[in-house]
Amino acid sequence: MDLSNTQAADVLQLTNIHKAFGGVVAIEDFSLNLKAGEIVALVGDNGAGKSTLIKIISGVHAPTSGTIAIDGKETSFKDATEARASGIEVVYQDLALADEQAVYMNMFLGREKTKGPFGQLDRKGMVQETEDLVKELDVRIPSAKTTIRNLSGGQRQGVAIARATHWATKLVLLDEPTAALGVAETAKVEENVAALKERNLAVLIISHSLDQVFRLSDRICVLRRGQQIGVRETAKTDKNEIVSMITGV
Amino acid sequence: MQSTMQKLRQLNLSQYVVYIGFLLIFLFFAVTLGNDGFLTQRNLTNIVLQTAPITIMAIGLVFVLAAGEIDLSFGSIVAVAALGSAVVLGDYPLFVGVLAGLGIGLAIGFFNGVLVAYLRLPSFLVTLATMGLFAGVARSMTDLRSVPVLNESFVNMFGSGSLFGVPSLVLWTIGAVALGHFVFRETKFGAHVLATGDNARAAQVTGIKVPHVRLLVMMICGGLAGLAGLLYAGRLQAARYTLGESDLMTVIAAVIIGGTALKGGKGTIIGALVGSLMMGMLNNGLILMGLSVSDQMIVRGVIILIAVAISLRDVNN
Repeated sequence: MDLSNTQAADVLQLTNIHKAFGGVVAIEDFSLNLKAGEIVALVGDNGAGKSTLIKIISGVHAPTSGTIAIDGKETSFKDATEARASGIEVVYQDLALADEQAVYMNMFLGREKTKGPFGQLDRKGMVQETEDLVKELDVRIPSAKTTIRNLSGGQRQGVAIARATHWATKLVLLDEPTAALGVAETAKVEENVAALKERNLAVLIISHSLDQVFRLSDRICVLRRGQQIGVRETAKTDKNEIVSMITGV
Repeated sequence: MQSTMQKLRQLNLSQYVVYIGFLLIFLFFAVTLGNDGFLTQRNLTNIVLQTAPITIMAIGLVFVLAAGEIDLSFGSIVAVAALGSAVVLGDYPLFVGVLAGLGIGLAIGFFNGVLVAYLRLPSFLVTLATMGLFAGVARSMTDLRSVPVLNESFVNMFGSGSLFGVPSLVLWTIGAVALGHFVFRETKFGAHVLATGDNARAAQVTGIKVPHVRLLVMMICGGLAGLAGLLYAGRLQAARYTLGESDLMTVIAAVIIGGTALKGGKGTIIGALVGSLMMGMLNNGLILMGLSVSDQMIVRGVIILIAVAISLRDVNN
């Protein structure tokens, strides 16, 4: 591991997170630290609690007990808007894109740029920033003015990740970013994820593909039925160990 | 080749149907009714004047449809607002009567909006119910009697008056279209309306206050229906429970033909204006052709069906 990273303050600190819905325990005593520029993969079978954990970190659900700290400061998010204001962005499984709107409007959804005394939309500015960003991230779309509906699955995923990249200042959470993509598109999205690391953002990624997890992550955290089974450094473990941690055999 | 195909796909036919349809219908009537007074300035002005309340309602409906909701109750709102305003004008000055009409519209819109936005009842069912409810209220308000509007400044302002030679109904139309277009197309709120109708979940997770947007579009539609009620009362110098009653189909058709998507996420105010004028022209031409009322209804229904079919043709592609 890179030394400069270990010295940096932890971007995200989850301590003894517990979450129950009514009587059903979804997450039991989960603790994890994430550093800037680090990619941690969250793996586990269906229903292990991965998505619940993402929702807790992004402010959608409040934990029943336990603490969340950002840059060492304890916080409790009232809703997703507060989490976003703290620099946490989520790339949802369904991407959360508005299909009939242009790429640039999706990039600035809910945070549109305005100008002038009457608060007019600054379309030119938004288009320009979007063009710059997709160029930098090498997301290949015809133009920032293209409607999302006219993009391929990989292009849409690229737009969703670009949006998170644009707004995140600390942490990006990705929920199954390549689940519906082909081989070439997956490779492209993985490049986009790696680019987040280069921007010194912390990344927490949910993935079912162990190949992908081993290609991308610095550490792997395994969940099974709401329990944290363990965290391994990717370089010091192998698929067999992770598989047995996931399945319990 | 690829990019040409993509450009063709993006060149959404529905955006232009209304302009082509408008021209075709205009040309058809100009040729067949040229000698029957269709082309006279008086007749053409009349079309615009008669269309004013339709256009105003259509603007409200664009906001509602673009946000992924629907309002079926605006016709009833027109009647209640017009009657309320006319009754108040009997005893109180102009501005109280105007406030009464607009206030009634906004209040019913608020009522619809709360049920739709915060109780998450389907807008189709909510406004189907309030359409009936307020049609009943309109009937019982004055026991089916019509109420004359004698306030001259009201009649000038919302009916027969003019400013610098421009009829007030034209001014209201231009003002409402300009303001509606600006808000819909150029402001954050307009963008949030489109996002809400397109993908409410995406709108919500990006911090847009979706219930707020839904409430506001229902209020805009109600408020504009109130204004349409004032325009009817001003032009006819009376209010009656039948006002707005038969406008539901006309307004929905005008908006859809204009290029606004029934399923949300897409809309245009200018398209709704042209769609409204097209419906007004159609009405006018069919009357000039001497068709009986029942034949007018049939022909209008068929033409709306064709126009709507063409505008929606590319939605599923």
